[in-house]
Amino acid sequence: MNRLFFILPVVAFVALIGFFAIGLTKDPKALPSQLIDRPLPEFTLPGIAEAPGGGPGFSSTAMKGEPMLLNVFASWCAACPQEHPVLTRIAREGTPVYGLAWKDKPVDSRTWLARFGNPYAKVAADETGRTAIDLGVTGVPETFVVDARGRVRYKQIGPISNEKWDREIKPLIEKLRAEA
Amino acid sequence: MRRLWFLLALLFAMPALAVQPDEMLADPVLEARARTISEELRCVVCQNQSIDDSDAPLARDLRIVVREQLQLGKSDDDIMAYIVSRYGNFVLLRPPVEPATWALWAGPFAVLIIGGALLAVWSRRRRLVETPPLTAAEIAEINRLPD
Repeated sequence: MNRLFFILPVVAFVALIGFFAIGLTKDPKALPSQLIDRPLPEFTLPGIAEAPGGGPGFSSTAMKGEPMLLNVFASWCAACPQEHPVLTRIAREGTPVYGLAWKDKPVDSRTWLARFGNPYAKVAADETGRTAIDLGVTGVPETFVVDARGRVRYKQIGPISNEKWDREIKPLIEKLRAEA
Repeated sequence: MRRLWFLLALLFAMPALAVQPDEMLADPVLEARARTISEELRCVVCQNQSIDDSDAPLARDLRIVVREQLQLGKSDDDIMAYIVSRYGNFVLLRPPVEPATWALWAGPFAVLIIGGALLAVWSRRRRLVETPPLTAAEIAEINRLPD
């Protein structure tokens, strides 16, 4: 009994250390999306005129029929050029990537797309940022995986790396294709 | 004189507000409600500030959303729910009491109660093993020592 009295605080202390150690490995910026397994919030957004392959923009209803990505980007975003070649690769390999230019002047988005190239199947401008708020976006880049029925199944915060695509997102898209 | 100016400057010093004049509502009652609501909401970019405190563009957008909803006649709870439906309970600086947060809310009290109980047991035990009175031989030895 007496010994227990000394061991107990040590055990509690070790448990606490373990608890904190686990906490430290977690990314505090990774917020789970409220949208997982829910349909995309409704939106209809204009396109970016005269952007290479710009087109008329798109609405949430267009994001149905096959699994695809919705990528939130901006010309002022530092990590977006880093993600760009990966998006280009994803599009080339046959998964449509829809682009949402968040809080960006269309002229800046246009310049950006002309400079880096346009990997997007369709691009829309969310100038006010309201659609991004409906999507629960906290920063750029952010990417949603949308299934064939238009439901969000996954959210990537920060740029997609080649490794992330190969290991996690591509297998998920393949699974969603099999589901559809 | 210079000191006087300094004191005057201190007197009129105002905290720098994140809320910009162009965001504010004309109706002071609604504006006050907007301030109260935005003090409760976490800035999802900077994370340890409320949107009322934060200069982040997204915080500004959310403050404007809050004010628009107020002007539509929504209740404070409706507006909170509107923001939570997008960003989750994470945006609430005061997390709601629910099964997932019971440990969070009860934790400090549990530590206090358990710690208090342990302390009580410990101090009682100490009293039980109190030093026995001196024996006659020991008293005699003390008396033999020089003062």
